[in-house]
Amino acid sequence: MVTDEGRAPAVELDSVSFSYGDTPAVRDASLTLDCGDFLGLVGPNGSGKTTLLRIMLGLLEPDEGEARLFGERAVSNDENAGRVGYVSQKSSDRGGTMPVTVRETVTMGRFSEAGRRLSDDDRRAVADALERVGIEDLADRRLSALSGGQRQRAYIARALASEADLLALDEPATGVDAESRDAFYGLLDELNDEGMTVVLIEHDIGVVTEHADTVACINVDMYYHGETEDFDADEVLAEAYGETAKMLHHDHSHGHSHG
Amino acid sequence: MRQHVYEAARDAAQKVRTYLPSRRRTERAGLVVVGALSVVVLVFLVLDFLRAYPPFGSLREQFLVVGEWMDFYLGTRVFRYGFMWHSIATGVLIGVVAPLVGVFVVHKEMALIGETLAHTAFAGVAVGLLLTGFVAVLPTTGGALLLAALVVSVLGAVGLQWLTERASTYGDVPIAVVLSGSFAVGTILISYGRDRMAVAIDIEDYLFGSAAVVPSEGAYMMAVLAVAVVAVVVHSYKPLLYVTFDEQAARVAGFGVRRYNTLLIVLTAVVVVGAMQVLGVILVAAMLVVPVAAASQVSLSFRETVYLSVLFGQVAVLGGYAFAVAWSLPPGGSIVVTAIAIYVVAILVTDRSVTALSAS
Repeated sequence: MVTDEGRAPAVELDSVSFSYGDTPAVRDASLTLDCGDFLGLVGPNGSGKTTLLRIMLGLLEPDEGEARLFGERAVSNDENAGRVGYVSQKSSDRGGTMPVTVRETVTMGRFSEAGRRLSDDDRRAVADALERVGIEDLADRRLSALSGGQRQRAYIARALASEADLLALDEPATGVDAESRDAFYGLLDELNDEGMTVVLIEHDIGVVTEHADTVACINVDMYYHGETEDFDADEVLAEAYGETAKMLHHDHSHGHSHG
Repeated sequence: MRQHVYEAARDAAQKVRTYLPSRRRTERAGLVVVGALSVVVLVFLVLDFLRAYPPFGSLREQFLVVGEWMDFYLGTRVFRYGFMWHSIATGVLIGVVAPLVGVFVVHKEMALIGETLAHTAFAGVAVGLLLTGFVAVLPTTGGALLLAALVVSVLGAVGLQWLTERASTYGDVPIAVVLSGSFAVGTILISYGRDRMAVAIDIEDYLFGSAAVVPSEGAYMMAVLAVAVVAVVVHSYKPLLYVTFDEQAARVAGFGVRRYNTLLIVLTAVVVVGAMQVLGVILVAAMLVVPVAAASQVSLSFRETVYLSVLFGQVAVLGGYAFAVAWSLPPGGSIVVTAIAIYVVAILVTDRSVTALSAS
């Protein structure tokens, strides 16, 4: 989790495109994410954010262009195993029904190949991860009994237990109350300060501009990629979202006390 | 005031709890009993298989003598017969492996897969009937039919997997297609065969299941399948759990998700063919689903869900057999109804504890 100059970037996208059938989801997107950076990925619904994230992680192979993860071609296989922690929207769904405990969820981060027994090291890593995100006293609760915010912390802990260098989150704060949301993003900031590379898909622009170092704004095409400070939300969003954007952004500034 | 009442109630509950064996210990004990029972029936099947050789034959006789004593004390006419032990052994092993595989199947939201593969297996039985009838290379025994069912069911499982990955529809459409399609093929083959040869085997036994028809080959096959399934699940428990819980994250973590999905569906096919003998095509899916549903209702962890599923499954099998023997009912139906009774109790129990929890 220590960044040093000269190491390959965590993520490199070299003009990647991907379409579902004839519908383009991502067109000619390029982007670089250095180790230790915090990237916020914004865009309207159905703009290809999740697709782009899945290309980054090697879950989808781009039709054109190339995706590299830690300098290697991004394919999800044993090569990159354990370097990436992914919290998809779907994983958040399943946690609401399946009878698993918080500890079992976090322990999955230590699973490697079939048939290997857990060692003391594994158990220690799980305990440390639980403590790091502050849910150690919930370890034996069923995941479904947790609040949305606590559940997201469990997924983060799973990534920490696997000693991931890159944390990829797809709208983690959906359905999380405002207060725990702030605490959750505070935790992401802390982890990022400690050297964790973070990619965050988030529809709340305020969150992204507050926490992320760099922003990528996409709506099939890439509209902006660069420092957060230079990100003129109003202008870029108007361009990327079209007319609906102003409404969305407006909406948000009312619903949320921009803090 | 309310606070006091709750506290008193909690203290009382705690006091009662100290007298009862702990939940964990009870489960452990139950599992030990199930394990011992499985070993006993496996031993019988091994003795039965090797009965032509002197020491095993006489040991088998000894086993049945014990069965006679059991009959004497229980007032039944069951345990003294070797063929009944084939059926009991198959039932006990179903009670272990069906819920064991079902835990993953249910939580992968594939509950209907079992039903589908049972119908594929039915087509397999039909194929087996034709092969044994026309080619006459294979002996027309239940064992050959089950082997055909196993092959066709596993092929069906792999085909279903292939179809689900490619079909651009909702996940359950390919399932519906394969389910009805293989049953259609099965009925066509059977009526085609019936017109041209004497079908010695009652198809109804395969549709509704029967305790009396479990052929010795069927029981031996179940024993081999059960040992293999338990070994595979124990070995692959971690990846199976990860893939079941969060397929995407498992893939990112470097697990061959496709491989484990295929493994799970093939395991399901194997269990279904074994269980079909007693439960029948139509009821076989229940043993994959119902004990797991009951266990998931009351369990606090996934591991406990696995343990309780197997326990509930075993109780359902033994209870169902007891009813079936006592009132001469079909075992498949009694087993499933017993399982559903357990499920209803589980729901009632958790309903109460949920209200108790929310009150505190």
